[in-house]
Amino acid sequence: MNSEFVQMLQQDVPLSWYLLLSAVLFSLGIVGFLIKRNLITVFMSIELMLNGVNLSFVTFAHQWHAVKGQIFVFFVMMVAAAEAAVGLAIIIAVFRARATLAVDRIDLMKL
Amino acid sequence: MHLILFIVFAGFCVAGAVNLLIQTHPINSALSLIVVMTSLAVLYLLLGAEFLAVAQVIVYAGAIMVLFTFVVMLLNAGREERTLGSRAAMVVGFPAVVALLAVAATVILHTQGLGTAAMHDGITSTQELSTVLFTKLLLPFEVTSVLILIAILGAVALARPGDGERTPSE
Amino acid sequence: MTILPFFLWSLLKVIVVTVVMLMSVAYTVLLERKLVGRIQNRWGPSRVGPFGLLQPLVDGAKLFLKEDIVPTAVYKPLYLISPVIALGCALISIAVVPFGSPTVTGPGGFHFFEISDVNIGLLVILGITSIGVYGIALSGWSSNNKYSLLGSLRSSAQLISYELALGLSLVGVVLRAGSLNLREIVESQGAHGIFTWNLFGGFQFVAFFIYLMAAYAETNRSPFDLPEAESELTAGYHTEYSSMKFAMFFMAEYGNMITVGCVATLLFLGGWTSPFGNLIPLPQNILVLALLPIFWFVLKVFSFLFLYVWVRGTLPRFRYDQLMNFGWCYLMPLAILNIVATSLWLAYK
Repeated sequence: MNSEFVQMLQQDVPLSWYLLLSAVLFSLGIVGFLIKRNLITVFMSIELMLNGVNLSFVTFAHQWHAVKGQIFVFFVMMVAAAEAAVGLAIIIAVFRARATLAVDRIDLMKL
Repeated sequence: MHLILFIVFAGFCVAGAVNLLIQTHPINSALSLIVVMTSLAVLYLLLGAEFLAVAQVIVYAGAIMVLFTFVVMLLNAGREERTLGSRAAMVVGFPAVVALLAVAATVILHTQGLGTAAMHDGITSTQELSTVLFTKLLLPFEVTSVLILIAILGAVALARPGDGERTPSE
Repeated sequence: MTILPFFLWSLLKVIVVTVVMLMSVAYTVLLERKLVGRIQNRWGPSRVGPFGLLQPLVDGAKLFLKEDIVPTAVYKPLYLISPVIALGCALISIAVVPFGSPTVTGPGGFHFFEISDVNIGLLVILGITSIGVYGIALSGWSSNNKYSLLGSLRSSAQLISYELALGLSLVGVVLRAGSLNLREIVESQGAHGIFTWNLFGGFQFVAFFIYLMAAYAETNRSPFDLPEAESELTAGYHTEYSSMKFAMFFMAEYGNMITVGCVATLLFLGGWTSPFGNLIPLPQNILVLALLPIFWFVLKVFSFLFLYVWVRGTLPRFRYDQLMNFGWCYLMPLAILNIVATSLWLAYK
């Protein structure tokens, strides 16, 4: 095994890479929110955005050795759970009224 | 070691997120999101947050995504179509998000004072987490539990069939 | 220990534990068939090999050689991956279970009798159980069959409902031990043999019964096995599966039983500690010190599985609404009361 390669593999990961990954996940979530046409997939993109933000919270909690960062992630997870439950109930109610989940057909209050 | 694990699981995250966008059927998007969440749990472990990693698997990947999967299976809405609206959104949305990502990346890469993460860094034990959670942050904790109670009531009230209506699965 | 020998020894441990686990799954099926046979006043499989001991091998060969029928209208990717998820989750959770005493260690503190020592071992097992729900949910939906969908939805709803009672019943044990690490939980019970096991000395018998019932529901076993009831749902979520894929679901169910049994012995029955505590002086031979705790562990898991099969052969099954009512309206509040009572008692001490 090439020792230089092994040396490189045993390096530490700079925290800016974690933050970059978090930004990438957040932007992919925004892209999903904008371009997807199914209501459930739009909601899933919102969850993806929340997860991206969670990763940056944990990264900073590691940086500053602050446990409160991790506790905030815990609260974000709980709020996301509550939001998912209510949001999916709303989606079911919308489906019952409109019989479709396509975003383009649910965009008017008029049936 | 840390570098390989980070690259592999960050790759899974990004691949899962891109797959969520590419797939047309919502069940495939849901499964890709599960992959993203479990890879994120591994990344939390790499950053020393072991309780959060397991909470991510139990709560997000094991409960919230099960809810999503149930709704997709029950409503069975099928694949989505390419419409005028989606084309317009792609034309406007992609450049805007790329611009946003470029700004964020520039800010991140020019920040001074960010450290590194290594395998031998300390793990935040559950005891430390719970000490702060149940002493200094007790009020938000109790408020969150009331929030979840309200969410349960709201979800049950919203998803119940009205008088004389039948559920979609009948 | 340097990284390469550590990796090789860990790989050896993984292989040994996986092989033992798969053999145990096969022989648990035989155990069940013979026990249920005896309960029903018949012999059970007794022709293949002495006392029917080669029956699992023959069954495995049969399932392997059967024709693999894949219906045309199934959603192929999910149809193929869900047995893998189910079996994978059943086997992975053994990775954090310590089955022997940590006093016998290798060079550099290398533990022989557990694959990995995780500080949050108990939560890892709960997390993997949560992921196992996908194997069932996706299999029913991808089979494109009314009965499969109904069976899988019922089963998944049952699983996620009883996960709550399961997790809450374990909190009392964690409060007593002060740690989520499975090894530390067992070590907190080893002081005086049977009287300090969490079941007896720890007064966790209510928690144990809650755990027992939640475990029966989690593994889809009698008396909570309505999702598999033949008279109701043909075969539930594994109707459309044949040969190896069906075998994987089957193995996943028994694998889950064994995992649940391991967790119960670690948390309530004292793990690898002997029931006699320190009363009987042991010869200080290293072989005895290594193997005797494993013997106690296996004996306890075996008795737990015996209880499982005994209940299956004796009790009738619950109706689905009775099942959900029981889980939400009785077990969960009882588990919460147990947590409150345990914490009050610990605070008083």
